[in-house]
Amino acid sequence: MHDRLYRSLYRIRRVEEEVARVYPTDKIKSPVHLSIGQEAVAVGICEALRPDDVVFCSYRSHATYLAKHGDLKQMIAELFGKVTGCAKGKGGSMHIVDAAHGVMGASAVVGTTIPHAVGYAFALKHQRKDSVVVSFFGDGATDEGVFFESLNFAALKRLRVIFICENNSYAIHTHQRRRQPNLNICDRARSFGIPTERIEDDVLKIYERSSAAVGALRAGEPGPFFFECLTYRWKEHVGPNEDFHLGYRTREEAEPWMRNDQVKRMGEMLEPQQRERIEREVEAEVQAAFAFAEASPFPNGAELFTDVYKKG
Amino acid sequence: MDRTLSYVEAIREATDQEMERDPSVILFGIDVDDPKAIQGTTRGLAEKYGPDRVFGTPLSEDAMTGVAIGMSLAGLRPIHVHIRMDFLMLAMNQLINIAAKSHYMYGGQVHVPIVVRSMIGKSWGQGAQHSQALYSFFMHVPGLKVVAPTNPHDAKGCLIQAIRDDNPVMSVEHRILHFQKGPVPEDLYAVPPGRARIAVPGEDVTLVGISYMQVECLRAQRYLEEVGIRAEVIDPIWLSPLDIDTIVASVRKTGRLCVVENGWVTCGASAEIATQVSERLQGAREIRIRRMGFAPVTCPPTPKLEQLFYPNGRTIASTAYDLVRGGSEGWLPDERKDLQEIEFRGPF
Repeated sequence: MHDRLYRSLYRIRRVEEEVARVYPTDKIKSPVHLSIGQEAVAVGICEALRPDDVVFCSYRSHATYLAKHGDLKQMIAELFGKVTGCAKGKGGSMHIVDAAHGVMGASAVVGTTIPHAVGYAFALKHQRKDSVVVSFFGDGATDEGVFFESLNFAALKRLRVIFICENNSYAIHTHQRRRQPNLNICDRARSFGIPTERIEDDVLKIYERSSAAVGALRAGEPGPFFFECLTYRWKEHVGPNEDFHLGYRTREEAEPWMRNDQVKRMGEMLEPQQRERIEREVEAEVQAAFAFAEASPFPNGAELFTDVYKKG
Repeated sequence: MDRTLSYVEAIREATDQEMERDPSVILFGIDVDDPKAIQGTTRGLAEKYGPDRVFGTPLSEDAMTGVAIGMSLAGLRPIHVHIRMDFLMLAMNQLINIAAKSHYMYGGQVHVPIVVRSMIGKSWGQGAQHSQALYSFFMHVPGLKVVAPTNPHDAKGCLIQAIRDDNPVMSVEHRILHFQKGPVPEDLYAVPPGRARIAVPGEDVTLVGISYMQVECLRAQRYLEEVGIRAEVIDPIWLSPLDIDTIVASVRKTGRLCVVENGWVTCGASAEIATQVSERLQGAREIRIRRMGFAPVTCPPTPKLEQLFYPNGRTIASTAYDLVRGGSEGWLPDERKDLQEIEFRGPF
């Protein structure tokens, strides 16, 4: 298990580092919201899922996409704006999608995909399927009206959906303290009668708790479940750099989170040889994905007008 | 032989027949299963198909639109009903940012076959927030289809088409049109997108009436007949995609176009139609164009002012008369009993 978790965590970290490294060359003309520091949430949850389970996510979704085994080559090609991208270069970093692997499209508008997860879960219940739906969103999304409306309906219909609030304390540059009178986001979900739990930044704990929730839902227990996962964004809101110079947060605030780095922690739990092999394989995969993106063509002009409407 | 059904009955029958044909069709919205059953358009369906397929929802237009999108991603074909079009303003993020764009921005990987039914109100004091006709908002955005059927036959065929369409369709009804009666085949049939209908042929002036204003244009045509003006009345039916060819061909013949909007004129459907006709015919044909629609104010509830707010058969006839005869003679036909508006007694 530890090797799987490490592989997924390390892979996301390396992809994001590579995106950050390439970004100044302007080959990626897409606003990137990097997941560095927040990998444990996506990995802890997605490792508890089956391939036929479905995730919905926000614009900071590289980690979720990769943790759910979305196609890496297609993701990087999408960032490069290439026709081989997951959305043929028509989505970009904020709209990555891999429906075949259960990664439904990400949205740039905060909170927007929460009801999609609920509707998808409604359909699965209707179709008598036992797949589980997971809705990922940030603490900022819990300010939105659609968050409350969606939880209300999911609880009313007892839908098989797991809500994951990735609380990194900031909506862009504004701290939760300046937006919410009660900092316990679980209280919001609890008011709908939804079982809730706040989980520290600990990938094993997240995996354990989400596995239990997934198992319960598959066994026929009514949903939904709600987890508030405490996490921290290391890089700027959008872009490849750090942003401690802006003054809205301090490096001192970030340091405990960096010391608790789950990628490093899981790596140290492996045998050195095992770890080295994983890192070597991931590195080759990452390099191949960037080479694939680089070598792929841009969409031709006619592609501008395709996919506006579904034909047939 | 065709039966006569009301518009309400036609909508109900289309929904019923499609739900029977396709188990993935589900119907929901605020009050769809209550005793009034959305003016009767959903009557009996909750009993027939059960609460898993037909259900009233919490008052959450925003999330329920997103829920419809999520359902459609998983293979269902939801019909989401709003008893007034004004309430769609609460759902604009999901409709514009997601429903319209998903197929494109996700590179064709997904599609969103949802139907959004909504109703435009008129008279009996509907006022500021029960009377708005906002279909032009949706015409503006690529990825949505917009339809506004004006008779029972089209109400059934367009709804069937909308349900079967793999794209999001905004289906716009008008409260007054609900009272229309007309021939409706029992069979399932689709009224396809992008095909307008010439309701009455004529040579002197083209009248294009949108939604309820189609009825008023047909009245205007009768008034104009009295003074020897033969108006061609066109019902666009589908506003997006729009059958501009049929309208252009008509104006090429008549040289005169009056587009009567069931909404405000500025940036409205009439602006779009008039512009496209001008672009197509400029340099090839001398044409004269007028647009009519809501007065550029908020809809007042008091009958005295409300009457001035909307175009009607007589004011449309007067405008068309001036287009044909030139000048502005201020001709206004005397009101005929057989062409009076349908009395709408409220409350809703």
